[in-house]
Amino acid sequence: MDVLTENFSLYGKGFLGTVELTVYSSALALALGFVMASFRVAPVGSLRVLGTVWVTVLRNTPLTLLFFAVLLGLPRFGLVLPFQLFAVLALGCYTSAFICEVLRSGINTVPTGQGEAARSLGMTFGQTLGTVVLPQAFRSVIPPVGSTLIALAKNSAIAGAFSVTELLGTYRTLNELGYSIIWTFIWIAVGYLIITLTISALFNVMEKRWGVAR
Amino acid sequence: MTHSAPTATALYDIPGPQARRRHLLYGVASTAVILALVGWIIYLLFDTDQFTAEKWRPFQYKGIQELLLRGLGNTLKAFAYAAVLSLALGAVLAVGRLSVHRPVRWLCTLLVEFFRAMPVLVMIFFIFVALKVHALPALVAGLTLYNGSVLAEVFRTGINAVDRGQREAAYALGMRKTQVMTFVLAPQAVRAMLPTIISQLVVALKDTSLGYLITYEEFLHAGKLIASNLDYDLPFIPVVMVISPIYIGMCMLLSWFATWVARRQRRNPRTEAVGVAPAEPGKLLPGGQ
Repeated sequence: MDVLTENFSLYGKGFLGTVELTVYSSALALALGFVMASFRVAPVGSLRVLGTVWVTVLRNTPLTLLFFAVLLGLPRFGLVLPFQLFAVLALGCYTSAFICEVLRSGINTVPTGQGEAARSLGMTFGQTLGTVVLPQAFRSVIPPVGSTLIALAKNSAIAGAFSVTELLGTYRTLNELGYSIIWTFIWIAVGYLIITLTISALFNVMEKRWGVAR
Repeated sequence: MTHSAPTATALYDIPGPQARRRHLLYGVASTAVILALVGWIIYLLFDTDQFTAEKWRPFQYKGIQELLLRGLGNTLKAFAYAAVLSLALGAVLAVGRLSVHRPVRWLCTLLVEFFRAMPVLVMIFFIFVALKVHALPALVAGLTLYNGSVLAEVFRTGINAVDRGQREAAYALGMRKTQVMTFVLAPQAVRAMLPTIISQLVVALKDTSLGYLITYEEFLHAGKLIASNLDYDLPFIPVVMVISPIYIGMCMLLSWFATWVARRQRRNPRTEAVGVAPAEPGKLLPGGQ
């Protein structure tokens, strides 16, 4: 118990680091995932190929390798950014591949007849997409997007091992200060549980409000 | 590929001649942009002298090649242990969750939910730092706990997906609980679960690279050694260019195997009825990498 009370600011900093990392990476992953998903369902062949390559490569890349390549590799191109930004880049791009697949399967759950009906009413492509297809797709992808973002929050622990300030990384300082390792880890675990449970609760509320009734 | 795929989509009609011309135009434009991006990256690589001979020379040395091969061997070793052990743990936890004894069921549910909710790396670090276990067993234990509990859920849904009548018929024939499970339910469930199990093994294979962070001498670690400890003008980018395709290739091969098994099964009328959802999206505290 002492570990937490005596090092509250250190834990707080690590906790906030993880939260920040999760929020920024989620934003990047959702945006990029949306772009890639729209590429993958586009009628233009070369965009479909780009989307497929993006998803296939990133889904089969170990995240540690991606962190290794981005955090240690990009500076060698003369691209020097804060480590946290690199971590957001790696985590966001990696997760975007999973978000893309979730969104794409969401679009595929909308029956073809819906789009045909919209077109037969004289709706333009934008209207069909914006008022008929996407709202229905959105409702069916809430739970899987939630679990993807929870996975992202858990994956952000890897950034700590690459010396980005976040929750798991606090163990190193506390270990050097000679605190009980078991308790150090218990509080780290509690921190992660708080984050994942919050995301889980948030998406449960969203699902209750907007999800597809089954 | 200027015309749309023949599969119908809710988004747009099968394009006519005019739309097809327009799509061709978009296609040419986007291809140009993509090629420009790729060209820029290649220019950057040349500009920062990544293809000079001395940066690639280290890979000709036998010692370096052996170092990389040993790393790859260690990666595969960790994967093999983790795969076998997590399948076993998954089976045990799944049986526990399906048990008729309430305490057993609760304990197994608690374990499964807890290990799925924790970041794998936190578990690995805990075992490595706090319990002072060696790197390989720590890595394997962490991967086993996480993937084992995800697989437990896969097994459980697979067993539950087998038609109720099968179980009832087996009991009616006078089979015992264990017999029903091992002779009737498990064989049918495994067949339906196989693609999902293989996809989860891809996650385990990818996560063996976490061993790098606890100084287990696996593939990435070997690459790091070459890139930083040897004084060949730091061939970091060449190392990434050698290691990444091998890593990604291994995972892709396993992923494709999973897709192939899934496609083969979809054609098989015996497994058509039983489908097991992907392991990743859990219900209460979902996990997945």
